[in-house]
Amino acid sequence: MSLWEYANPRRFMALSAAVLPWTWGLAIALCAVGLTWGFFFTPEDFRMGHSVKIIYIHVPSAFIAINAWFMMLVTSLIWLIRRHHVSALAARAAAPVGLIMTAVALLTGAIWGKPMWGTYWEWDPRLTSFLILGLFYLGYIALWSAIEEADQAADLTSILCLVGTVFAVLSRYAAQFWNQGLHQGASLSLDKEENVADVFWLPLVVSLAGFVVLFLALVLLRTRTEIRRRRLHALTLRDRLA
Amino acid sequence: MIALLLRDLRLALRAGGGFGLGLGFYLVLATLVPLAVGPQPDLLAPIAPGILWLGALLACLLSLDRLWALDAEDGSLDLLATSPLPLEGAATVKALGHWLTTGLPLTVIAAPLSLLLFLPTQALPWLVISLAVGTPALSWLGTFGAALTVGLKRGSLLLSLLVLPLYIPTLVFGAEVVRRGGEGLSVATPLAILGAISLGCLAILPFATGAALRANLR
Repeated sequence: MSLWEYANPRRFMALSAAVLPWTWGLAIALCAVGLTWGFFFTPEDFRMGHSVKIIYIHVPSAFIAINAWFMMLVTSLIWLIRRHHVSALAARAAAPVGLIMTAVALLTGAIWGKPMWGTYWEWDPRLTSFLILGLFYLGYIALWSAIEEADQAADLTSILCLVGTVFAVLSRYAAQFWNQGLHQGASLSLDKEENVADVFWLPLVVSLAGFVVLFLALVLLRTRTEIRRRRLHALTLRDRLA
Repeated sequence: MIALLLRDLRLALRAGGGFGLGLGFYLVLATLVPLAVGPQPDLLAPIAPGILWLGALLACLLSLDRLWALDAEDGSLDLLATSPLPLEGAATVKALGHWLTTGLPLTVIAAPLSLLLFLPTQALPWLVISLAVGTPALSWLGTFGAALTVGLKRGSLLLSLLVLPLYIPTLVFGAEVVRRGGEGLSVATPLAILGAISLGCLAILPFATGAALRANLR
């Protein structure tokens, strides 16, 4: 068993059909446990009160928003180097999920920011770079939907993804250079000292895992839909020719 | 390569297209901003670096959609692809031609326009220097974006959606150089980063542009 076998859509469809229900189940279970634990069974923060609980949606969605782009980068590279068709489709499938997660992170951040910082929006480096990340997602999705020929679209969007990655990272540092921030530092880094306290950390990790599996399930589902759409397209073309 | 460059320059100058249009747009923008926000010098001076950089960026964007599209329409892009010159070389020449007809004139005209916006005098040399250093990055990025969208019918709107986010770092550091220059602070750091962005674009983007053109021609 290797990754390259699943460039064959039929093999991929068979595997993903078997895996998908389990992925959904795991995603729902982990999200339910993590969010319930986070919302109802954690103490209130002594400074932030109730509003701290939004962290269980805010942090995981932000995490997914960044890593979805990273996943698109890897799958785009696999497509460009090895012409792995499913890989290109997975990149396409991940983009809207990433955009929604970016929007969720910005929205929950705004809702959290109002009671804490007294403002919905601040041109803080982290907020700014997230907005810019959203713009990159928009351009990527727009380019995909503008080109009709499938392989050409995959090629061009992959190139855009590679160049876009460089400039998204550059924009992040540009934003840091340009303005000082209100946002707190890392809440999940491996360096223990920086983390949030353990009572908050454990449910946060559970809901984070839930969001990761949820992302996986959504991407699998969307990739399968895309393969079916292609197959349907090929069948209608064949019908028309016959 | 030189023949291609000369052809592009001649086309830009004689067809009366991008060359005058970009500059005219820049002038109009610099006129409209005071009309929109009010004529007070203490209001205009702080935003002048940003407006002048933003205007240069948009003027650059204006002439991009014709960059490869004209060649693709009359078939000279196919000739370029089959010529001994690699597409990466053609991309470099095209970007250079775009910079010579857009970036360079914009840099020159920015100095008189800065008077309209009451840019502080000590910021003026930094405006010219930062535009001279930063506009190549705009041209090279634009050539890449235009290559991505060359096959599309309504490419120009998509082109701006693709290219403008790529312009963000250049804009941030470019405007920062002018702002710091105006306040008498050290401009070394943003200027060095701006130069690094331009040089990086020069080195890497022709390859991305070539790959995009090849995907479009297949």
